[in-house]
Amino acid sequence: MSFAIKKQGEIVVVDVEGQLIVGNRQELKQRVLDELEKGERKFLIDFSQTGYIDSSGLGVLVSLSKKIREQGGELRLANLNDDLKTLFELTKLDTLFQISDTKERALETF
Amino acid sequence: MHIALELEIPSDIRYIERVVEVVKQQCAQFAYPQRQCCLNIPVALSEALSNAILRGNGERLDAHVQVKIDVTQDRLILEVLDEGGGFDFEECLTDPTEPGNIEREDGRGLFLMTRLMDRIERFSNQGNVVRMTLKRHD
Repeated sequence: MSFAIKKQGEIVVVDVEGQLIVGNRQELKQRVLDELEKGERKFLIDFSQTGYIDSSGLGVLVSLSKKIREQGGELRLANLNDDLKTLFELTKLDTLFQISDTKERALETF
Repeated sequence: MHIALELEIPSDIRYIERVVEVVKQQCAQFAYPQRQCCLNIPVALSEALSNAILRGNGERLDAHVQVKIDVTQDRLILEVLDEGGGFDFEECLTDPTEPGNIEREDGRGLFLMTRLMDRIERFSNQGNVVRMTLKRHD
């Protein structure tokens, strides 16, 4: 499990490779907060390489979304597979996040 | 045919993924549906393990967590045992989908366990046990 962060234009794109769970959520949180601290405001998290997400991982996404919004920024999500979509629907987090089917679509709509 | 396994891990969240992989492999051998192997089982088991490690054992590094796996063609039973005193499951269970809770960082773990498993039971047996049952849903 790891995170790859790169810039595409003015958008910070984070790839979550493997699981987003209690064991690595703090790393994701810190890396995104570091970018926010540097002045970045547009964030896209790409889940195309993600296995599963636990409640801690979902909690970190909620927390990051709030912190980014408080700084006038935006966090969007892309490439949730059917299982991850179900997870977001079960918890109604699909109503909290802007979720795109593809990374390209998400980048276009920022 | 059924497969029964017992694992004991140090009370350390770094071991969660390994246990989840073992259980997924057993269920894959019985050709459980992809949805159950990739969503229900890993998420519910991760929640039970992190509860056992962080809440039950209170992050004590000298403690252990035992996991019993019993899988057949029709159902999976998982038992997660920690060394803590247990807690009131019903009292801790909140609905994270309520408007006032949706932006909370915590409070989704027990909810997900109840939604992703068919049955959750709790009892004491020289420790605090959570038993989760998942019927095969093709």
